[in-house]
Amino acid sequence: MTQLVWNGLFVGSFYALVALGYSMVYGIIKLLNFAHGDLYMLGAFAGFAILGAVGGVSASMALPVLLMVLVATMLLTGLAGVALERIAYRPLRGAPRLSLLITAVGASFALEYGMRAAAGADPRVYPVRLGGTSLEVLGARLTLQQLVLVGVAVALMVGLNTLITRTREGRAMRAIALDPRTSSLMGVDVNAVISRTFFLGSALAGAAGVMAGAYYGKIDFLMGFLIGLKAFTAAVIGGIGNIPGTMLGGLLLGLLESFGTFWLGGEWRDVFAFGVLILFLTVRPTGLLGERVTERV
Amino acid sequence: MTSAVKVRKVGTDKPPTRASKFLQNRWAGLAGLLIALLAPFVNASPYALSVMTSAAVFVMLAAGLNIVVGYCGLLDLGYVAFFAVGAYTSGVLATRFDLPLPVTVPFVIVVTVIAGIVIGAPTLRLRSDYLAIVTLGFGEIIRITANNLDVTGGPSGIYGIPHLTESPVVFYYLTVVVVSLAVVGAARLGRSRLGRAWRFVREDEDAAEAMGVNTYRVKLAAYIAGAVWGGLAGVLFAAHLSAISPTSFTFLQSALVLMAVVLGGMGSIPGVVVGAVVISLLPEILRDLADYRFFLFGVLLIVVMLLRPQGLWPARSREVS
Repeated sequence: MTQLVWNGLFVGSFYALVALGYSMVYGIIKLLNFAHGDLYMLGAFAGFAILGAVGGVSASMALPVLLMVLVATMLLTGLAGVALERIAYRPLRGAPRLSLLITAVGASFALEYGMRAAAGADPRVYPVRLGGTSLEVLGARLTLQQLVLVGVAVALMVGLNTLITRTREGRAMRAIALDPRTSSLMGVDVNAVISRTFFLGSALAGAAGVMAGAYYGKIDFLMGFLIGLKAFTAAVIGGIGNIPGTMLGGLLLGLLESFGTFWLGGEWRDVFAFGVLILFLTVRPTGLLGERVTERV
Repeated sequence: MTSAVKVRKVGTDKPPTRASKFLQNRWAGLAGLLIALLAPFVNASPYALSVMTSAAVFVMLAAGLNIVVGYCGLLDLGYVAFFAVGAYTSGVLATRFDLPLPVTVPFVIVVTVIAGIVIGAPTLRLRSDYLAIVTLGFGEIIRITANNLDVTGGPSGIYGIPHLTESPVVFYYLTVVVVSLAVVGAARLGRSRLGRAWRFVREDEDAAEAMGVNTYRVKLAAYIAGAVWGGLAGVLFAAHLSAISPTSFTFLQSALVLMAVVLGGMGSIPGVVVGAVVISLLPEILRDLADYRFFLFGVLLIVVMLLRPQGLWPARSREVS
């Protein structure tokens, strides 16, 4: 029982990290960035390439090296996110929603199959595996590196939340979410703030990608597709556009999946997750913590 | 400030040139049909016939998705789910209950309509972008379910589905006839009263609602029509290959159909048909580029949206002129 809870929370913290980027971008410019899951994939591959360039890593140094790689990767995927927004999304900001959604699908496709052309279709094995010393807590087996990964994820999420609620930058983001035109009249550089939002969201997805690569050991070019869908589900459960809600949604989805797998068997896990998504959209489309949004005409 | 906001329209206001007048012409459609009918006289090897039949089925899929995306402006990213529902329904009925394929068609229609309502009814009340993701999830649900159930044959799928006819040439002509009827049907539907309501909803949902269009029911109608078209294409697919498995119904397939619709021109029947033919034949021509093909498709989607959102062969509405 506690094992199920722990597994759920662990997977959920990954979902939450990826979902935050989705949620931030959606909250500010009301765009579903389909390519977000692929930035997670890009992060995993960038980490893979950096680790390969660094060369062999001894087991004792694995964790500090990995943390450095994490930071480098976050920078890279962050910049990739900014470039994506600049090329594919910004020129269409006044266009019908359908056009934006289609470019987002195109961007996702280009990233996936561009990576396939660059790195090959076969899964790659991560050069660093976090070897495990397991401890027993309240009847659940958990390993030290699981704890570290969850710790990093929580630290990143808390940092993001502080940034959004406490800083000038965060205030600008919230202002744009409310009304982009008025904020630009008030002196907010809307384009720059949106760029930085993409940077943050993509960096978080990249961090999750490296952590997943190091933890599961295997990466491939389609790994972002499913996690992108799951992250969206998490964001919808918690309330898309709402940062604490999204974190809650990620953890909740992890727990739901963990118990769903236990009850129904692993092969039904994804069906269960999407079933929850459809149920939530039917019963409570605003999510647990989301506010009712009235569409402006 | 307002001049900085670019307004993009589907279709253009330019006066028609001679070329575009020809493209508007009803003869364009007949010329297309003639090409399809004469193609076996050029090359009737079993391989070429198989490719052409697949292309025809793909045209039908694109015509169905065009109802949802092109006419009504709803983004469906899991369209292949209905294709799978149709193929599996007729495949299961044909192999387990020994029904001939044409007899399964009414069942397929009923099942796809139900599938359309199950997915459409809760999500069409929401913002359009939610629909995109939910359909994406639905596509995965159908594929994983087909993969896990025993009745659908699990990962190896269903095989031994009886052919409609023994000769591939006859089957090709049969497919062309069915697909032509489907394409003409979709075009007529687009010009009907319901079709005008769809385009109204696409252009401005709030205005449509204010003018008394029941937007929810109109959208649901588009969604169900698309589902039925996809399901019937699935029957043709099952009859053509005589074996179906979950790997035929991935997101990649949905994305390719969407690609055909967007490239050809959303809402434009001739554009969508040409787009579907190009997308389905391109891999045969560009074999050497196989690794880069989908990458190029992705880039092309972005480029088309940025530079020519109305597609290569845009729709022109008759009412305006």
